[in-house]
Amino acid sequence: MKIAEALELFSQTDPGMVRSHNEDSVACEPVCGLAVLADGMGGYNAGEVASGIAVSVVATEVSHRLLNSSPVEISENGGEELGVALLRENIQKANASIFHAAQSQPQYAGMGTTIVSALFYDNRVAVGHVGDSRMYRLRGENLESITHDHSLLQEQLDSGMISLEDARMSKNKNLVTRAVGIDAHVDSEIHVHDVLVGDIYLLCSDGLNDMVEDDDIQTTLFALQGNLPLAASQLIQMANDNGGRDNVSVILVKVKGRFSVPRGLLARILNWFKK
Amino acid sequence: MAAKLILSMDGGIIKEYPLNKERITIGRKAHNDIIIDNLAVSGEHAAVVTILNDSFLEDLDSTNGLEVNGKPAKKHFLQNNDVIEIGKYKLKYITDQITQTTPEDFERTMVLRAPAKKEEVVPAGNKPAEPQGATKVQPGGKPVKEDAPDSTGKFDSFKVGQATTQTFAQTNPGIKSPTSGGTKPGEQKQVAVVQVLTGPNAGKELELVKNLTTLGKPGLQVAVITRRPHGFFITHVEGENFPLVNGRALTNQAHQLNEHDVIELAGIKMEFYFKG
Repeated sequence: MKIAEALELFSQTDPGMVRSHNEDSVACEPVCGLAVLADGMGGYNAGEVASGIAVSVVATEVSHRLLNSSPVEISENGGEELGVALLRENIQKANASIFHAAQSQPQYAGMGTTIVSALFYDNRVAVGHVGDSRMYRLRGENLESITHDHSLLQEQLDSGMISLEDARMSKNKNLVTRAVGIDAHVDSEIHVHDVLVGDIYLLCSDGLNDMVEDDDIQTTLFALQGNLPLAASQLIQMANDNGGRDNVSVILVKVKGRFSVPRGLLARILNWFKK
Repeated sequence: MAAKLILSMDGGIIKEYPLNKERITIGRKAHNDIIIDNLAVSGEHAAVVTILNDSFLEDLDSTNGLEVNGKPAKKHFLQNNDVIEIGKYKLKYITDQITQTTPEDFERTMVLRAPAKKEEVVPAGNKPAEPQGATKVQPGGKPVKEDAPDSTGKFDSFKVGQATTQTFAQTNPGIKSPTSGGTKPGEQKQVAVVQVLTGPNAGKELELVKNLTTLGKPGLQVAVITRRPHGFFITHVEGENFPLVNGRALTNQAHQLNEHDVIELAGIKMEFYFKG
């Protein structure tokens, strides 16, 4: 099955109930199975600028490269699969663009963004993220966060300093330990996971998971998996009903079929002719 | 203003101590930051560790222990207005950084740059304006999630307490509640119910205790009833036919349910009403 037929993607973003700006950006490229979400930060409109740059760089560069190469090829530099290398290189590229814009324009000084990006290929998904935007996976009835926040609170949870229960009360929720565009180099975390038919993936900004408990996210995704647009608007509505104190963005990806990359000799020859 | 501890005994304030170090100690001996010269107090009795805006109290295996808000504690995540008791002495914890569960303090995301040392950790970019004044945020300022059950989610109706019940009685015209307002989780008097009117399950009641309840058969026809602060709404999820409410087909929009509305889904009629 072609990737565009195997996946159903839907994205929605909302400024929330309190803020006038929406500093989140989202993009989906169904043709190459790519979803990107970023939550910008910085004064005035700098947050929007940062998240906008990040999303457009990753979305356009990755999909452009995949027009005539396969994500399972081994990339020239580093020996990684191209799918993984593309995410890493382009998050780095986005980092450089934001960093330079921030350096050259005083109104953008200090701007940055989180990012979470997912590239589906060959019955797997490569997930690259920086900061506290998350990707969840609903498999069967089980909802799991498959990204690990780069935040102070997560570090405190990891070190056992604070319990999960106390973490809800923390005053340090808004501090991320990594972001795109803050320094000349960014260290993105990339993992590859196996994908099963029936999985639902949710990429979201912290405006969702700060306002809506994981249990409620699970119930919503499980109950409404037959209707992704409704599930997305229900998630945003719940965040807003609970106060909607931040921008809320979600991308939902439903896996409807398998999407292996053809590996036979014939496929390789055909591929070679395409180039 | 940083957080502080106010030491008092028998209602008389003795001294204020700002929490301006990562770790301050409380005890009888002279090297402590807060010295309480009383035999009931251990040499090193307790410590308060502060990381940015959060402070944690820890009992340093003291002989007589300590209490927080009247309860014995070994380790405690301090919240505004907590009272630590050590013998006859009281230490009140005051902070103007309130938990980000009230709108005025929901700060924007900021970056911590690669920390060399804990003390030097400074968020990049300027902090947005601080909430005005320490006292302004305190009236009713108990963090909203105070009653939060543990995170395992055993308490199914968690959101009831947090988001729904407070506004439930006041904003839902279909409900007459004797105690509007102060309902606590679990004390909710009225439950919304869907009762099946026709078909093999006629007479069965389904209590709408979750934020989301689905009706129908997946693949055939599914609708969902969502509970929101201002009432219950039904929305079409999947299937070629849309559910009927009082004989009229739903559109793609959510439709608010009123008491005694009749829902028809996959040939089965159901009535929505409030019980209790």
